[in-house]
Amino acid sequence: MEKEMYEVRFHGRGGQGAVTAATILADAAFREGKDVQAFPIFGVERRGAPVAAFMRMDTKPIDLKTQIYEPDSVVILDPTLLDVIDVTKGLKEGGKIIINSSKKATEFKFGKAKVYTIDATKIAMKYGLGAKTNPIVNTAILGAYSKAVGNVGIEAIEEAIGEKVPRKKEENKKAAREAYEETRGK
Amino acid sequence: MVKITIRGNMATALGAKLSRPDVVPAYPITPSTLFPEKISEYIADGEMDAEMIRVESEHSAMSACIGASACGARVCTASASQGISLMSEMMFIAAGMRLPVVMAVGNRALAAPINIWCDHQDTISQRDTGWLQFYAEKNQEGLDLMIIAFKVCEDKRVLLPGMVGIDAFVLTHTLEAVDVPDQKLVDEFLPKYKPELYLDPSKPMTFGSFGTPEFYQEFKYAQVKAIEKASEVIDEVFAEFKKKFGREYKKIVPYKCEDADVIILTMGSMSGTARAAVNKMREKGKKVGCCKLTVYRPFPGKEIVDLTKNAKVIAVLDRDISPGFGGALYGEVAAQFINTSEHPLITDYIIGLGGRDVLIEDFEEIYDKSIETVKKGRVEKPVEWIHLNQEVL
Repeated sequence: MEKEMYEVRFHGRGGQGAVTAATILADAAFREGKDVQAFPIFGVERRGAPVAAFMRMDTKPIDLKTQIYEPDSVVILDPTLLDVIDVTKGLKEGGKIIINSSKKATEFKFGKAKVYTIDATKIAMKYGLGAKTNPIVNTAILGAYSKAVGNVGIEAIEEAIGEKVPRKKEENKKAAREAYEETRGK
Repeated sequence: MVKITIRGNMATALGAKLSRPDVVPAYPITPSTLFPEKISEYIADGEMDAEMIRVESEHSAMSACIGASACGARVCTASASQGISLMSEMMFIAAGMRLPVVMAVGNRALAAPINIWCDHQDTISQRDTGWLQFYAEKNQEGLDLMIIAFKVCEDKRVLLPGMVGIDAFVLTHTLEAVDVPDQKLVDEFLPKYKPELYLDPSKPMTFGSFGTPEFYQEFKYAQVKAIEKASEVIDEVFAEFKKKFGREYKKIVPYKCEDADVIILTMGSMSGTARAAVNKMREKGKKVGCCKLTVYRPFPGKEIVDLTKNAKVIAVLDRDISPGFGGALYGEVAAQFINTSEHPLITDYIIGLGGRDVLIEDFEEIYDKSIETVKKGRVEKPVEWIHLNQEVL
């Protein structure tokens, strides 16, 4: 049977918008006719501390209510987390890793995982998203996700941003679109 | 009807908003906090015409619910865990005074040790308060059951409070797609609450007054008759809801139970994972089914017996524990069969306490244990704990 369920894990720091990223991606997939779930790591969040969020989508109605242990792809909003946590934990073989980084994808090595990079921080700053000390990169990184994984369209992500992002909707859409255009993988 | 993606707390808050309550007294507590936040937002944005009372504790929240409901208002609130424990005294009073208050619950464990995660202990421990209890599997059910709860609770034949439980985090904080019923249809389904008796200075009367030994038992008997009657009313309201909104609800929902040797009985969000596990096991030829309890009070004992009596083993899953006995659901299911001559073996599995994830593998383990029980033809260990980490014991 063809596997239709697809699961994504987001890594960020409290306050960076990882949970919102999962929410926007789920809403975008829902707009494309998928059944979806998005949830934070269950517990207490603290600003600056490592956080995770999850997104599950399927072409069929989702019965499963468990947390996500073996994601198909991993999205990293903050590259400093790479030294702190094992971002590949449970990642399926041949899974994809999307990293917010100014480095080239070829500079990263995570076993058989395919790596994609995007300088989401730079794009977020360009569009004035968040503060200089704390840019909000979640919408830009989703543009990169759309390009890298290809199972959620950039138009749907733009629509979902319009629905789920409270402020600077247009700037956030532009950031996602620009990241989509610029994302490179190895 | 529009379909949107929202978190569980927003779904119950939206269900409440569509039901047009007049008064919402509430005290925030994790994981239910988003409910009062959304209600106050709706009121501030002019989308909802209700009085929100910010109280100083859950005991006061329930007291305010009682006062407002006794005056004839439609009333709802939300809480969880310790908050519900603190309300307990007043919850008995709401039921005894026959006030149809509706509460949205984010089902959470009770301290100590302190824990904010999913568990049914908070509401199960209030099962004797006289409240109706509904448990949702997903956000859609959380929204729909709020509307349904108002209609059942306010029915003249019932007049009792009710609660709708959604699992902490697994639903309260999880975004899912939800069909939002049309306000006009909800208004037709749930017209304005018009009680026959209510507090009115121009027509003085007393609610919840002294019940001496000559009368107390009769009050309690009438209250019990009302919650028994609610069983029938729930069926009627579920049928009307289906006609109006297209979604079907049942007190207990069987899945692949017809030929099942083993039937797994669940409540709340784990019921979805149970179906996924049943599908996986069925592919391997295992004769297993599952049943989801949506209504826990009034207890659908007859329906449970009818749906499970032909199984060899009923595995009851309890996300609660009555220390010194076992799971609450187990005891109640077993009691339904005690006077039947032949019945399945019944076992209890304590699972998922304090937010421990309930996995497909857990259902497979429970099935394997159940088949062992079938082979032995007797129950050696009636109550077992699943996923217990022996290393830390």
